[in-house]
Amino acid sequence: MAKYIQGATGEWEVVIGLEIHAQVSSEAKLFSGSSTKFGSEPNTQVSFVCSAMPGMLPVINEECIRQAVRTGLAMGCKINLRSVFDRKNYFYADLPQGYQISQFKDPIVGEGVIEVQLEDGSTKAIGVERLHLEQDAGKSLHDQHPSQTYVDLNRCGVALMEIVSMPDMRSAEEAGAYFRKIRTLVRYAGTCDGNMDQGSMRADVNVSVRRPGAELGTRSETKNVNSIRFMMQVIEFESRRQIDLLEDGGTVAQETRKFDPATGTTSSMRSKEEAHDYRYFPDPDLLPLEFTREFVDELAKGLPELPDAKKSRLVTDLGVSEYNASVLVADKENADYFEDLLGDLARKVGQNKAELATRAANWVIVDLFGALKKAGKSITESPISTQHGAELLALQVDGTISGRIAKDVFEIMLESGDNPERIVAEKGLKQMSDTGAIEAMIDEILADNQDKVEQYRGGKDKLFGFFVGQVMKKTQGKANPQVVNQLLRPKLDG
Amino acid sequence: MSVDKRTVAKIADLARIAVTEDELEPLVGELNNILEWIEQLSEVNTDGVAPMTSVVEVDLPWRADKVTDGGYRDAVLANAPESEHGFFTVPKVIE
Amino acid sequence: MTKLTELTLAEARDGLAKGDFTSRELTQQYLSNMEQGRELNSYIVETGDIALNMADKADEMIRAGNATGMTGIPIAVKDLYCTKDVHSCSASHILNGFKPKYESTVTANLWADGAVMLGKTNMDEFAMGSSNETSFYGPVKNPWRATKENGELETKDYVPGGSSGGSVAAVAAGMAIAATGTDTGGSIRQPAAFTGLVGLKPTYGRCSRWGMIAFASSLDQAGPITKTVRDAAIMMESMASYDVKDSTSVERTVPNYEHALTGDIRGMKIGIPKEYRMDGMPDEIEKLWQQGIEWMKDAGAEIIDISLPHTKYALPTYYIVAPAEASSNLARYDGVKYGLRVEGDGLDGMYKNTRAEGFGAEVKRRILIGTYVLSAGYYDAYYLKAQKIRTLIARDFAKAYEKVDVILTPTTPSAAFAMGEKSDDPIAMYLNDVFTVPASLAGLPAVSVPAGLSEDAMPLGLQLIGRAFDEETVLRAAQVLEHATGFSAKPKIWWGEK
Repeated sequence: MAKYIQGATGEWEVVIGLEIHAQVSSEAKLFSGSSTKFGSEPNTQVSFVCSAMPGMLPVINEECIRQAVRTGLAMGCKINLRSVFDRKNYFYADLPQGYQISQFKDPIVGEGVIEVQLEDGSTKAIGVERLHLEQDAGKSLHDQHPSQTYVDLNRCGVALMEIVSMPDMRSAEEAGAYFRKIRTLVRYAGTCDGNMDQGSMRADVNVSVRRPGAELGTRSETKNVNSIRFMMQVIEFESRRQIDLLEDGGTVAQETRKFDPATGTTSSMRSKEEAHDYRYFPDPDLLPLEFTREFVDELAKGLPELPDAKKSRLVTDLGVSEYNASVLVADKENADYFEDLLGDLARKVGQNKAELATRAANWVIVDLFGALKKAGKSITESPISTQHGAELLALQVDGTISGRIAKDVFEIMLESGDNPERIVAEKGLKQMSDTGAIEAMIDEILADNQDKVEQYRGGKDKLFGFFVGQVMKKTQGKANPQVVNQLLRPKLDG
Repeated sequence: MSVDKRTVAKIADLARIAVTEDELEPLVGELNNILEWIEQLSEVNTDGVAPMTSVVEVDLPWRADKVTDGGYRDAVLANAPESEHGFFTVPKVIE
Repeated sequence: MTKLTELTLAEARDGLAKGDFTSRELTQQYLSNMEQGRELNSYIVETGDIALNMADKADEMIRAGNATGMTGIPIAVKDLYCTKDVHSCSASHILNGFKPKYESTVTANLWADGAVMLGKTNMDEFAMGSSNETSFYGPVKNPWRATKENGELETKDYVPGGSSGGSVAAVAAGMAIAATGTDTGGSIRQPAAFTGLVGLKPTYGRCSRWGMIAFASSLDQAGPITKTVRDAAIMMESMASYDVKDSTSVERTVPNYEHALTGDIRGMKIGIPKEYRMDGMPDEIEKLWQQGIEWMKDAGAEIIDISLPHTKYALPTYYIVAPAEASSNLARYDGVKYGLRVEGDGLDGMYKNTRAEGFGAEVKRRILIGTYVLSAGYYDAYYLKAQKIRTLIARDFAKAYEKVDVILTPTTPSAAFAMGEKSDDPIAMYLNDVFTVPASLAGLPAVSVPAGLSEDAMPLGLQLIGRAFDEETVLRAAQVLEHATGFSAKPKIWWGEK
């Protein structure tokens, strides 16, 4: 379905490409042995190599190579067995070498296609052009001193993967879905923590507009956008700005822009407007990066099940709904939680997973995620362990507690982190299934409410619920609702 | 190929070297002499020749992912013309 | 005692071992000669205190029986090597006051073997030059002066060659037993030839470049400058190592180069490349080369004519590749982390003023050329083309080494020239390296051996180029040549107290 924007003079199509910078998860930097840890004192994670002291030389970190290959594999891209590190030459305060070591002509990872799911349930294929390894720059702090910029090189030299998409996206929603998918993939592969607050993932957003079917328009590049929400704002703003410009007879400048989160607008970065000439050439301090097909195959074997495969397994083998499966696999931690819990539950109640999966998925998504969201916690901070969650569900499956009681127990568990079996035992919440006792109670209630019995028998079916409620009240909710139903109906109908 | 004053000024700007107007003219001459001399390379047929990547035939060595360096801020800043509170400092950059 | 500074490195080593004298005594003699020779301007910094301290430690090593070939040997270190807490500026103003907090691998190897550092030697700024006239610290004077027809010494100053001009001047003037040099396009061999010394540029990757202030990364190599071939063999063994910190260094065991000096080259195949016979080459160079061929033949070598067809393109190729790499390598000198800072309008103004004031004319020229040849639209025509021709040059050598073991050529197209003679003509200056650059581009080991004197009694050298990592054959042939020449001339001392 084409999504065109209606302008004053007709329809426009937005064309979006993303360059995602994902920080490689590694202990040490790409070409030096200093730490990559976030949030240390300024310049304490800096070696003579990072600070570009005279005579210092780069030596590549093998884990960064592996991480790039893993990411390429997770995205289903071509892995290049030979790639080359180039120098990208430019001057900036937080670029101590005066060049960034990157990959220009021959990146480590080549083309691939990512499939994303859109809100209307449709899917879209988005091309990946390449992934290359490069060094991060340091950090400039402009607000610490009236006339000085402070430079911290702690980040300088940390490995980044730049993932460049094809200009295949046509809406903010598609771009958002693509970014989320990449984020999910790197987190599954364990190659980037995807932590956008700490700048582990950020994107340069390329936007252009054109008449449907026309040649590509001139694009603007908005740099360093560090949240999905901002990225979508950039796309909305830029497409509107460019359409307005063109409709007023103007032209779009090919330029670098920056995003202002406070206003949701972008503005031209004048300082970077001068034509860049990066003078790329192969870094003579490094040799070409080469590895074997076996090396790649070995890394492929070590990858975990990826989200698409996992989702299809949840749906096909376990009968989880498409929607629930999508929610669960979007985050590896969520999917892991669900699968651990389901495994525990199946063991406990002695049934197979497929019989329990829907119940477990609903509980995880509706009850648990709902509660965590309210508390502002992530799944890894959940006060309820997978074992306790499984126990709670098992108590329901085997009829020990009712669904209503389960909700109460769940609240207590959220508060205390306690084991549900203990909560049920201590608070005497065990479900009452003793038919004799329940029957006696029903007889008593019917005797006390003769008028209502008459009304029910006169056709007021809804009163059935009233009698169930009375039984529950008398048992403080512990009566097994199924047993109550079974016993109550013949007596009332009798 | 030869360069003119504008080109030399542009190159000097890329290389971040201040060049005064009266330095420009002689530089144009010097650079053109060198470029003209280099020009003889165009007579060499290099069709199908791979550019040299390294004179030594060895594999790029890989290092283990271990923190083995850094953690000596004083030594890193020791030669800095200016530093404050553990940072290098430069004239304020307006972005 | 006055004779100590006339000893070769090998002789000093043997004397130290026998206890004829101590390293402290030897070092003190050199320190005194250094004081006498200050007007040569070969040292930028003298490190007397450090030297005596190191000498004492060396004497301790010798007493303890832990001596190596370099223990107690006082040497000069080119300013391009980073030496911990000691001036290391590549003779550039832009590194003003820079004292690294680390030690280069090559010098660390030498100190571990007990060598003694006398000081840091002058050089062409960032090793860009062939006459040592581009140093921020002023030119170095060649200890050699031409002899006039009347037999008297010229009174004008001659260049020592470059870029390792301070290193050769120090050794030639008896102010160091030996010195470290670095060679990018001839910076060890050409000045060695100009001063009657042996200069060895090993195979690219044989020595670590870690801690050497980079000029052109794909070409830079460390090497020794010594009085004799044997000395070069001893010092080379100490300098060479595989270094995990240098991705281009090569993991190979370091041989005992001195053992390679058998004096026997019978049956060795020596190639004579016809393309080195260049238009306008002085007769005395041609004659020296012929003489060299005769000497080698007399020693039992087989002389084989070979062709290195791309030789004439080596120099222009070099003047694309080296400036391109340099323009990038020198981008780090920006007034932020170390060295000179000159304020200006904002950050860019500071960069531009710092670099305008910090770099000398030749360095700026090369940065500009390098920036230009890498810039958009010119990369393919210049840099890529040059790297392809470099492949052809390396192939020429590979083909030649199917037939020969070593190649004999002149080291330079002339003897040392007078100061100022070529400093206004960059290309005339570049032509000094016409015979040394091809081996640099191919990464091959090459040595210059003093082979005779020019008509006006200035030293001349012959060059031997070998297969990659075959320094042993190169040195063996070099020592035979050295003996055959019987070269023993020394500069007449005109400097210091008369």
